[in-house]
Amino acid sequence: MSDDTNNKKKPTRREFIHIATTAVGAVGAGCVALPLVTQMNPDASVKALAKVEVDISKIEKGNEVTVMWRGKPIFIRRRTDQEVSKARQVSLKELKDPQKDEDRVKKGKDEWLVMIGVCTHLGCVPLKQQGEFGGWFCPCHGSHYDISGRIRKGPAPVNMEIPNYEFVSDSKLIIG
Amino acid sequence: MSETNYKPSSAFGKWFDERLPLLTLFNGHLMQYPTPKNLNYWWTFGGILTFCLVTQIITGIVLAMHYTAHADLAFSSVEHIMRDVNYGWLIRYIHANGASMFFLAVYIHIFRALFYGSYKSPRELIWILGIFIYILMMAAAFMGYVLPWGQMSFWGATVITNLFSAIPLIGDSITQWLWGGYSVDNPTLNRFFSLHYLIPFLILGLVVLHIWALHVPGNNNPIGIDLKKDGSDTVTFHPYIVIKDLFALVIFMIVFAGFVFYAPNILGHSDNYIPADPLVTPAHIVPEWYLLPFYAILRSVPDKLGGVVLMFGAILILAALPWLDTSKVRSAIFRPIYKQFFWLLVIDVLVLGYMGAMPAEGTYLLISRIATVYYFIHFLIIMPLLGFTEKTKPVPLSIADPIILGSGNMAAAKKDSNIN
Repeated sequence: MSDDTNNKKKPTRREFIHIATTAVGAVGAGCVALPLVTQMNPDASVKALAKVEVDISKIEKGNEVTVMWRGKPIFIRRRTDQEVSKARQVSLKELKDPQKDEDRVKKGKDEWLVMIGVCTHLGCVPLKQQGEFGGWFCPCHGSHYDISGRIRKGPAPVNMEIPNYEFVSDSKLIIG
Repeated sequence: MSETNYKPSSAFGKWFDERLPLLTLFNGHLMQYPTPKNLNYWWTFGGILTFCLVTQIITGIVLAMHYTAHADLAFSSVEHIMRDVNYGWLIRYIHANGASMFFLAVYIHIFRALFYGSYKSPRELIWILGIFIYILMMAAAFMGYVLPWGQMSFWGATVITNLFSAIPLIGDSITQWLWGGYSVDNPTLNRFFSLHYLIPFLILGLVVLHIWALHVPGNNNPIGIDLKKDGSDTVTFHPYIVIKDLFALVIFMIVFAGFVFYAPNILGHSDNYIPADPLVTPAHIVPEWYLLPFYAILRSVPDKLGGVVLMFGAILILAALPWLDTSKVRSAIFRPIYKQFFWLLVIDVLVLGYMGAMPAEGTYLLISRIATVYYFIHFLIIMPLLGFTEKTKPVPLSIADPIILGSGNMAAAKKDSNIN
């Protein structure tokens, strides 16, 4: 655009203005895109429902209750001694996502399994006391979980997730 | 191809057309547009699909006047449409069955293109635009199915959005971003409604591009050859194709009306008349029939990410087809081997569809695995190799010649494949 070749190495004033304008425009577009994209993330009212309290005093051994937390079912299972020892006999080599049963429960509360009752494949709710490993079975795409909620067979990649929770007393549990 | 010497007959028409040449545009593309004179009824589905899109948009706008996009109210607002709104049942049944009719027509349209080689040079962009339309159709259908907020709506939405959680590292953030929460819930329903309303208009825009790209080289035709320049191979779009399209449309509407009035729920799932319950997953989650083949592919892979990749790959591989198919002859009429593989693919897709509806275990799983593998073999191995090994039949020089000169002219026909 300019008349002589000496200027080729240095950008001209016009090129500088082009680049500067484009850069400012790109930053502006990014600033506009940010709120438009993040508005879709979980909002304050959704995040506010992050904790639930559960009364566990009425759950007998071998029984299970389901509570809702963040729109997802939480399985709270009070396992029998047999079930616990069965879960602990499993060798880690047999597991797709190796994890000890001890690491999936709170110390001293070994009978209580608290986990997010959502299949890690595509999010269905597995059925209790079904499947080939005496735990849960997901009817959607055939994932089998054992009594520790660990994936044993089927397309799910990992064990069912353990949420943050704590026992505030012998009869009360807080999830979240 | 647009008529340059076109003059509107009325004085107002002339005045208008000089300022905005809409009439010239319509005349060029909807009246004088030259079409191959041997188009058969498989070519009428473009018009039928336009009808389907318009039907869905009109009935959809009307339904949106009565529907409430809220997790607590959506299910009952759909029942309200069915019971209270004047002709609400009719409009909703047309919309719901219209989606199925739309896919029925689009599958015929796609397989027609596969049989007659309509995706090949110089029509690659028409084909790719068509695949974009098809993908958007699936997105619109999926989100529309979520809106009644029944059990299948909820769990279908859960399974499909969870597909994105298979993406390594960022998968969970993406699904939460899609949901607007930690599971499918009210924010998800709200945004799906918004997008469900948007997508048909995106499709409409792509349809305009699809037709624009079509009108550059002109239609392919059953014998798949380039047309003679002198016009002896073509007829005008109006009245010849218009009447043929309308006749096919009437037959199609009879089938459509048959579903709407006599079996409006036969293509749906009774589970979707149970309100959504996040604690109970239905025993068999099955998508609508038109998505079953891809669902079978997803389930046939015992690995989460692998299944998702293969499922999306099965759709996207179609976009590469113009380059995967190495044969220079377009129409399967002159490709005796490809013709057989074409029908094998049709059967394969039907088998996949059936397997998608069955539980994913035992023999069903085995068959869907074989069918999945064959699907990819067809596109990745058979199509490229066939172009080199197949001995094609002689291709006629023009549409007009074999008819005027009789079968004797086949000797003068081009040997093999110098179509370009």
